[in-house]
Amino acid sequence: MIYGIALLAICFLLGKAAGELLGMWLGIDANVGGVGFSMILLIFSMQWLHRLRPSDIQWEGGIIFWSNLYIPVIVAMSAVQNVKGALGGGLMALLAGVIPAAVCLALVPRVARLGKTVNKE
Amino acid sequence: METLSAWLTKDGVLIAGITVAAILGLSTWISIHVTRKKIPGPAIAIFAGLALAYFVGEYTGGKNGVADLAIFSGFAVLGGSMLRDFTIVATAMGARFSEMSKAGWAGVVALFLGVVVSFTVGALLALGMGYSDARSMATLGAGACTFIVGPVTGAAVGASSEVIALSIAAGVIKSIAVTIVTPWVAHRIGLDNPQSAMVFGGLIGTTSGVAAGLAATDPKLVPYGAITATFYTGLGCLLCPSVLYLVLQWLAG
Repeated sequence: MIYGIALLAICFLLGKAAGELLGMWLGIDANVGGVGFSMILLIFSMQWLHRLRPSDIQWEGGIIFWSNLYIPVIVAMSAVQNVKGALGGGLMALLAGVIPAAVCLALVPRVARLGKTVNKE
Repeated sequence: METLSAWLTKDGVLIAGITVAAILGLSTWISIHVTRKKIPGPAIAIFAGLALAYFVGEYTGGKNGVADLAIFSGFAVLGGSMLRDFTIVATAMGARFSEMSKAGWAGVVALFLGVVVSFTVGALLALGMGYSDARSMATLGAGACTFIVGPVTGAAVGASSEVIALSIAAGVIKSIAVTIVTPWVAHRIGLDNPQSAMVFGGLIGTTSGVAAGLAATDPKLVPYGAITATFYTGLGCLLCPSVLYLVLQWLAG
């Protein structure tokens, strides 16, 4: 169990560091893709461990535990948003928040179809 | 009474854990018995969280939702960005790299399109509402990307603090709107496979909105949406104050 947590934490910290470095290199004050790098690291290191020790899967528990905590964490996150402040921003904030998001949602099936046609070629 | 509240505050994370468990349990029950599984339990729980944050914000006048009440201060840790990112990374365990690489190209297109479209529509709305200078338009357009891109761009181009505050509000509204709307429109926009989830993450980009919206729709899709969304804020911070601002300045004369 603890090995799984350690593996997850190592991937997380390395990925975050890569995101920070990429942000610094691009000259912007933001973490660029830290979570994404961590996820790719985790996927590859788990595949590698499966090949190395296929019978020993105990450490998976440490990762499953955290991935199951995901929805509770999101619920807690939604409860600490500044909902009142956001709604108090007036019409401008409301429109600028909702309309671009709606346009992008409408684009999802179009871009997804784009991806499919490219794969077939 | 005082000792009780001091004791509850000290173990705040545990109190938050119990409270979230209660909210989730109740939401699951409502999902099954009241809505006949039409609305997923997590969607109800997330909406309940937002509603709670609104009412507590009304009561305390603070910015941190329920965490502004001493007993619920643990919510700030449980719902903080560190645990959010840590658990999102953990969900990658159930994801396959082969599925991810299948949508790789469409994911990149979605990312660029997501930033440019949000920025453009946001800037046009700002113009329509009377913010006609390039700085304000760029900042509000950036706020339509995420609530981080807005202030980063505003600071870079030298926008007024009023406009920067508006851009943050716009970004938070976007994240809340995406959270609520995604499970309702998921079927219509074909959001039921890893590839479209990656496109969705790239086009929408606001990590908390994408993560919460997908959790409410289908938790299996979370890692796919998160992996593209994680690049969005960085790309927005890169493009909005530079290329997109220059184009806007040129158009605004």
